[in-house]
Amino acid sequence: MFAPTELNHKNRRNQRLVRMLFLWMATMLIIPVVLILGILVYRGGPMISVDFLLTEPTNGMTAGGILPALVGTVWLVVVALLASVPIGIAAALYLSEYASDNWLTRIINLAIINLAGVPSIVHALFGVGAFVLFFRFGTSILAASLTLAVMTLPVVIVATKEALQSVPFAFREACWNMGATRWQTIRRVVLPNSVSGILTGVILEVSRTAGETAPIMFTGAAFFLPFLPQSVFDQTMAMSLHLFVISTQVPGVPEELPFGVALVLISMVLAMNALSIAFRTYLRGRKKW
Amino acid sequence: MEPQTTDRARSRRERRRGEDRRDRNWYIDKAVQALVFIGGISGILFIIGIFVFITKEGYGFIAETLDIGEFLTSPRWRPTSDHNPTYGALALIAGTTSVTGLAMLVSVPFSLGAAIYIGEFAKGRTRETLKILVELLAAIPSVVWGFIGLSIMNPLIIKTFNVPIGLNVLNSGLILGLMAAPIMTTIAEDALKAVPDTYREAAEALGATKWQVIYRVVLPAGKNGLVAAVLLGVGRGFGETMAVLMASGHSINLPTSVFDSVRALTATIAAELGETAVGSDHYRALFTLGILLFVVTFVINLTADLVVRGIRKK
Repeated sequence: MFAPTELNHKNRRNQRLVRMLFLWMATMLIIPVVLILGILVYRGGPMISVDFLLTEPTNGMTAGGILPALVGTVWLVVVALLASVPIGIAAALYLSEYASDNWLTRIINLAIINLAGVPSIVHALFGVGAFVLFFRFGTSILAASLTLAVMTLPVVIVATKEALQSVPFAFREACWNMGATRWQTIRRVVLPNSVSGILTGVILEVSRTAGETAPIMFTGAAFFLPFLPQSVFDQTMAMSLHLFVISTQVPGVPEELPFGVALVLISMVLAMNALSIAFRTYLRGRKKW
Repeated sequence: MEPQTTDRARSRRERRRGEDRRDRNWYIDKAVQALVFIGGISGILFIIGIFVFITKEGYGFIAETLDIGEFLTSPRWRPTSDHNPTYGALALIAGTTSVTGLAMLVSVPFSLGAAIYIGEFAKGRTRETLKILVELLAAIPSVVWGFIGLSIMNPLIIKTFNVPIGLNVLNSGLILGLMAAPIMTTIAEDALKAVPDTYREAAEALGATKWQVIYRVVLPAGKNGLVAAVLLGVGRGFGETMAVLMASGHSINLPTSVFDSVRALTATIAAELGETAVGSDHYRALFTLGILLFVVTFVINLTADLVVRGIRKK
């Protein structure tokens, strides 16, 4: 009576086929990336040396290293973080600890989704209109970083909110029952228990910020500057824009040079991402509640 | 029994007093609440700010110079012509649409397939590894994608299909498909995860195979989330700038095949804004393109949000 029927066999065969089909689809997304990374390492790898990282571009950017672009990217990322991390954490605190489920909260969430969805070049136009012209920062690290900060704000907000909400509600109740104010509870209980989760989000934001090109093109990043920036009101070179410039705008660049730049850029970005993922996995394993 | 009651009574007394106490901590608490509220609404402020600032630069042009009919129906984008500059965005719209369309054609089945595999089939370590790989795929910067299109895909397409130019709809569509895949996979997987396990258990108890469960129960139940995932993927493709600028060939064309070079709305702004004088017609025309992009992506995101909210209500 319970012997497998023809239908059972057919179903099981289908099942196996379908499973293989979906596995194939998933791997088809992964394979190109592995291939691409392989090619970048293979062709860009020989370019990388201490000299490459620590000297300036020479001969109209057809030779030499990438130091000003590296330093410039660090400037842009640091200034962007200084602006977006406090605002992002405040926004996440509001959404997670204060906001009730009403129309304002819904609009805030919708605005954050849209902020993440607005095309990067529109953020660039906003940066030009607001920071470069209206606030008169000119094309500078400050204007470019603020543009990047607005653009990557959703990354911090979403990650921080998740970290805050992973702190059990009972922790807060216990604290309130001791007579603590809301802020005392946040400062002494909620934040210490979620700081590592917040850090994960910040690292992720660093990776996003370092790779962006369009928002900085017209707000503060320059094609070529032989010196390092001295203040936030200087223009600067950046890794992402440098890759764009030497692979499309400059004639006579040796074929391997942009591969080297691309490899350095993608290593920075992926290293940051890997760090954030590793951190998250470690935290998940360590969680006591 | 006795001490407990006193404790509770005392705490109640103190709590009542606590509510009225206006000491330093009370003021700090209120100040922080105000600050955090400002942070909370910053998202709204920035979205409004983006709209206000791009319209401020662009609206004069829309009001005075621009012929909306020409803008939407003429393929002639010649803003730098001395005698008779024309601002027809049709070819740019066609460029963006064709590239995004091809990207979705390639990417939607694979992304949803990958989401189903990760969400329903894969377990344990395989699942985590796949999720991490998808996350890393999302992390590759768009300028690197553009460079890949330029230096790897370009010669590959020329050689494989024996065409003169490898920077075309095919190239940028494939690149864009790979770029939009992680966001669609992640959101689609979330949508599948949101389907309650009791649904699956009920179907399995009736003797359904895994595939029958997915096809008849999980997919219909998660349909709205999957639609939202695709919409967000479309939004991503529509707004992508650097990769499309570098891989599409950037020439004004109404494409008739995937081997035609095209030019996208986003790429036009990126390529031309640096050469325009602030306040000139050309400059304001580029901001008009920006307004168009902003409105379209806004509508896409709003629709996605409404679609997702639709399931929650039910």
